[in-house]
Amino acid sequence: MLDALRSPQSVLVLGASSDIAQATVAALARRGRLDRVVLAGRPGPRRDAAVQKATSEVGRRGVVRALDFDATRPDEHEAVVAEAFADGDVDVVLLAFGVLPDAATAAAPDAAAAVVTTNFTGAVSALTASAARLRAQGHGTMVVLSSVAGERPRRSNYLYGATKAGLDAFATGLGDDLAGTGVEVVVVRPGFVRTSMTAGLGPAPLSVDASDVAEAVVAAVGGGTRTVWVPGALRLVMSVLRHLPRAVFRRLPI
Amino acid sequence: MNTGTQRLSGWGRANTSPALVSHEESTAAVAALVRSAAAGGLPRGILARGLGRSYGDAALNAGGRVVRTDRLTAIGDVQPDGTVEVGSGVSIAELLRHVVPRGWFVPVTPGTGHVTLGGAVAADVHGKNHHREGSVGRHVVRLQLVDGTGEVRTVSPGDPAYGAVVGGMGLSGIVTKVTLRLRPISSATLTVRTTRTADLDATMSALQEADRTHRYTVAWLDTLAKGSGLGRAVLTAGDHTTSGEAPRGGVPVGGGHSTAGEPASSIAYSPGRSLPAPPWVPSALLSPTTMRAFNEAYFRAAPARPRVTTESIASFFHPLDVVRGWNRMYGRPGFLQHQFAVADPQCLRAVLELFSRERVPGFLAVLKRFGPSSGLPLSFPTAGWTLATDVPASPQLGPVLDRADELVASYGGRLYLAKDSRMRPELLPAMYPDLDHWRQERALLDPHHLFVSDLSRRLHLC
Ligand SMILES: Cc1cc2nc3c(=O)[nH]c(=O)nc-3n(C[C@H](O)[C@H](O)[C@H](O)COP(=O)(O)OP(=O)(O)OC[C@H]3O[C@@H](n4cnc5c(N)ncnc54)[C@H](O)[C@@H]3O)c2cc1C
Ligand SMILES: NC(=O)c1ccc[n+]([C@@H]2O[C@H](COP(=O)([O-])OP(=O)(O)OC[C@H]3O[C@@H](n4cnc5c(N)ncnc54)[C@H](OP(=O)(O)O)[C@@H]3O)[C@@H](O)[C@H]2O)c1
Repeated sequence: MLDALRSPQSVLVLGASSDIAQATVAALARRGRLDRVVLAGRPGPRRDAAVQKATSEVGRRGVVRALDFDATRPDEHEAVVAEAFADGDVDVVLLAFGVLPDAATAAAPDAAAAVVTTNFTGAVSALTASAARLRAQGHGTMVVLSSVAGERPRRSNYLYGATKAGLDAFATGLGDDLAGTGVEVVVVRPGFVRTSMTAGLGPAPLSVDASDVAEAVVAAVGGGTRTVWVPGALRLVMSVLRHLPRAVFRRLPI
Repeated sequence: MNTGTQRLSGWGRANTSPALVSHEESTAAVAALVRSAAAGGLPRGILARGLGRSYGDAALNAGGRVVRTDRLTAIGDVQPDGTVEVGSGVSIAELLRHVVPRGWFVPVTPGTGHVTLGGAVAADVHGKNHHREGSVGRHVVRLQLVDGTGEVRTVSPGDPAYGAVVGGMGLSGIVTKVTLRLRPISSATLTVRTTRTADLDATMSALQEADRTHRYTVAWLDTLAKGSGLGRAVLTAGDHTTSGEAPRGGVPVGGGHSTAGEPASSIAYSPGRSLPAPPWVPSALLSPTTMRAFNEAYFRAAPARPRVTTESIASFFHPLDVVRGWNRMYGRPGFLQHQFAVADPQCLRAVLELFSRERVPGFLAVLKRFGPSSGLPLSFPTAGWTLATDVPASPQLGPVLDRADELVASYGGRLYLAKDSRMRPELLPAMYPDLDHWRQERALLDPHHLFVSDLSRRLHLC
């Protein structure tokens, strides 16, 4: 349960090894009530490291469990989510998996479609499975990592932007559908976050660290369904960029 | 009757969750509902709810069933020996309205009349007379309980089940009737002595002194006072005005006690017209600076030298009840109450110093001395001191409150579950050493594990 100060006791991460997810688990653990962490992701050294890190963060009182989860296998999502809820209520579900395609991927038809499968299709099935469980338990927060890129797709990463636009619309609508059930959906729209996903890319203006996203997520949990920009200034920036004529927007060096 | 899904909250409004709420008309209807739950109909369990005056999540059951007791409101005749059988949904205020004109008073009342007898039993509530008369469980003659199999039982003090139910926070069954032993009174007023104390030592010794000579005692303490003013308080000590005294404004009871039938005289309990609270207070007013100013003003308004006045039952016991919905003042985030009990005065001092040092923005806190514990496993009061402090539900206060809890636990003290909304579950076994015993007795009453609350989930109670 969330307590009166909105500190959660349990979290399910979809996309276990994500840098943003790991920072978020750490920030939730610092609130001092986290005692159950379920890390769902593809097996491998990155997930092992995430399990180890979470284990040290939740300390003696906590239990950390890894589950095999592949975003590209929607047929398996319901069972994975059921497994995560088998040990008790889940206060926070964090949807953190995603891929950032390069130009070559975007140019190859089947590779481009595979990005959609991971970022959008897989997210739809995982969120749908989670929503059913949360609705039944009558409380909980779904945190969905969308992106500013979904707000207005740019020519440099329109494929990624399109998947995030779809995810953002889906999560926002799902949040409205869940109104009154005790379940809230927090849609997070980070800008450029310095993580393994963006490693090697030139730093963008207003870039932040995974820990900044984590703090924003922790502050939003339990506060009601809404959209969170990280950094907060992006809300304003995007409200301007959104209205630029396409010919101008297209030429922006972003 | 089923009224659909409702979003429920605790009195502090910081814990909320939806539940399917129904209002059952009778013990039989409650029993039928529990039997259908036992047959597998209610996967998220079931919980009784009275008037929702518990501060945190004790009366919430997210996604489950909540049974309101507001139709279980029969009040029986007062028997010659002072016992009366009432429905568990009857409030202390309603009971007072009924019995005071007949020359009787409830043995224990909390600081509001808007709690049900069921809620009072579930939390084993205490009042300003705990140092003399203990908590409400000491005055219960018997309970009618629907257990977790749907069986209707009679539970009396001394039964093993009694300690599972009284103080058991609704997790051992649904109480449908309470038979209570009342106390006779000869007037509807109290003679109240109000004094001001300058620091914690003075407050503690004044309370100890007052406990020897007065039935009801309590101190309102300024938690924001610093340095030598730490622990300064306004202390009130009251007793039922006796017919011998010349009441100032009070009307004594004419004849003896009346049981059934017409009231013996015109004495009555009337809480007065209730005024709505402002919908919100600008959050700046909830800052330490303005709270300190408020506390200062309250303290200054109290007489420097002891004063004796006559007060009505409502104004002495339930002063806040005239302000309807005052709990909304803290706005959307809500507030919480931190209440602990501890034997060692050093712990009390340490917590007060911590709150003062960290500028915990608390309005006046309530300090009181407890008499001996009831011995029931989850009953809160234990001999010594209890301090209750209201604070805004602000996540920044989490670490300070955690430190206070650790201090309390290290001194062998405990937090009050009817007020709690945020404690660490790990501290519970230290605070309630008989927890496992309670769990065993509870499990016997609820073998299918039907009774559950957000509190029990959060604290892994059962
Ligand atoms: C202004 C104020 C002052 C207070 N002062 C005091 C005080 O001085 N001393 C004190 O001890 N407490 C005090 N309290 C706390 C209050 O007395 C308790 O929280 C009490 O339990 C509230 O009763 P309720 O009917 O509102 O119950 P709820 O808040 O609705 O429920 C409280 C608990 O009782 C259980 N319950 C309710 N009805 C039944 C039933 N029929 N059968 C089984 N379980 C049931 C619920 O499941 C829940 O666990 C105060 C509260 C307020 C708001
Ligand atoms: N970094 C940014 O600038 C930025 C900005 C806005 C939004 N976001 C979003 O934030 C989320 C987290 O990103 P991050 O920055 O933390 O990057 P990250 O560290 O690279 O995390 C991405 C995660 O997605 C997982 N993943 C990829 N494909 C998967 C699949 N098929 N099945 C299961 N898991 C899969 C990866 O797991 P493996 O270890 O198994 O590969 C990895 O854990 C993503 O949704 C991203 O789009 C990031």
